[in-house]
Amino acid sequence: MKAVCWMGKEKMSVESVPDPKILNPRDAIIRVTSTCICGSDLHLYDGYIPTMKQGDILGHEFMGEVVELGSRINPEKLKVGDRVVVPFTIACGRCFFCQNQLWSCCDNTNPNAWVAEKMMGFSPSGLFGYTHMLGGYAGGQAQYARVPFADVGPLKIPAGIPDEKVVFLSDIFPTGYMGAVNCELRYTKRRHRLHLGLRPRGSVRNTKRLPARSGKSYRDRSSSRTLAYGQRCRRGDNRF
Amino acid sequence: MQSETRPRRDRSNHNSNSVELKRWGLLVAGSALAVYGVTRRSKVGLSLAAAGGLMAFRGAKIGAQPRELRAQTSFAVNCSPAEAYQVWRSFENLPLFMRHLESVKSIGDRRYEWTARGPMDVEVRWTAEIVDDHENGRIVWRSLPESDFHISGFVEFRSAPGGRGTIVSVSIQYELPAGPLGKIVAAIFGKDPEFTIREDLRRFKALLEAGEISTTDGQSHGPRSILVAAMHAAYPERRKESERE
Repeated sequence: MKAVCWMGKEKMSVESVPDPKILNPRDAIIRVTSTCICGSDLHLYDGYIPTMKQGDILGHEFMGEVVELGSRINPEKLKVGDRVVVPFTIACGRCFFCQNQLWSCCDNTNPNAWVAEKMMGFSPSGLFGYTHMLGGYAGGQAQYARVPFADVGPLKIPAGIPDEKVVFLSDIFPTGYMGAVNCELRYTKRRHRLHLGLRPRGSVRNTKRLPARSGKSYRDRSSSRTLAYGQRCRRGDNRF
Repeated sequence: MQSETRPRRDRSNHNSNSVELKRWGLLVAGSALAVYGVTRRSKVGLSLAAAGGLMAFRGAKIGAQPRELRAQTSFAVNCSPAEAYQVWRSFENLPLFMRHLESVKSIGDRRYEWTARGPMDVEVRWTAEIVDDHENGRIVWRSLPESDFHISGFVEFRSAPGGRGTIVSVSIQYELPAGPLGKIVAAIFGKDPEFTIREDLRRFKALLEAGEISTTDGQSHGPRSILVAAMHAAYPERRKESERE
């Protein structure tokens, strides 16, 4: 299959790589139909995040169709042919954190947890396509992807909803939503809009808010490069 | 945890005077020779420097490796003490999460034959017996005195406060045998035995909670650089067939 591979700092290429295989009984193989590029992928591209290796497949926001299941997936939860959005965090579903719906803190999905513990004090869950410190999982910017613990993460999508309307559920929408919740953003009479981070994340936060008839609009101008990108997006010049 | 029957040879914290003299003598003489060789700025000087460096290196190695090592670690596991005890008590399960073990076979009468695989597929075998066994509480094992390799360990299962499952604590204590066997054992347990058993315990937790151990070994990737390919060839991740179904 073809996959987008990180080949060094500021070097990406599409390579022919082996098709993914079921490695554990709770895995599934997804045929990817849509995949996104996240702002944090740019940190990998720019070479800011350690523990990348040449040849790593990137991509943590993807969706597609289930084509193969491991032997211990409950058929009531997931079957071949289901259309699913795959969250960027990999969660086992049965540790203390998963049982408290803190999926991104799962204890059991980062095989290199000791590296993350050394660097950050505690390891988060494994992530798709985001350095070996966070598991080294092959990501979804490819034709097929292996999804571990497929009975926990993947979200089934009913027929009739196009990919573009749901693919953001994999990362960007819940991340932006969590930011809004953590900042205790609430509706008020005068609906101020706050655009934070004018990269895709900021754009998504913006689309969720009710249209403001009055009230001020604030922009985080902390990065002029980000601001320019945001302006290009609104003009429709979106190279991604 | 102390072993009562085997003799305690405590060479870990102090070395005898003659060993110390030899160590420092080699270090100082070797360093001096190396510095002299470098200042000579000739082929002879280079070989003297190399010889001096080798002497200093050998001196540094003497007495630096402790002969008796112990490691202890704990993890909170989201299951009952009984479930954790059941999995651990069947010692045949240990190689599933203890990567340094090849197999553990019961030979009756609470005795087990343990096999570990070192570099170049060299095997180390020892026989151990269960000395103490409190159901859902504690298991203590110890190698038999006639084994080549002396190791003992215990595992404890305690209910975690707040109903948060079980705290599993593991401690092992082993003695590096002299000679080549010692080098193999050191390679099996690694430079930091606490790291080895902490990762073993992490895999035990994953096995009990998630039912499988997460891995990325065998997944797709693009072309690796020569350095990374060499690294993977030198340090392959060892997964046993029993971990996959």
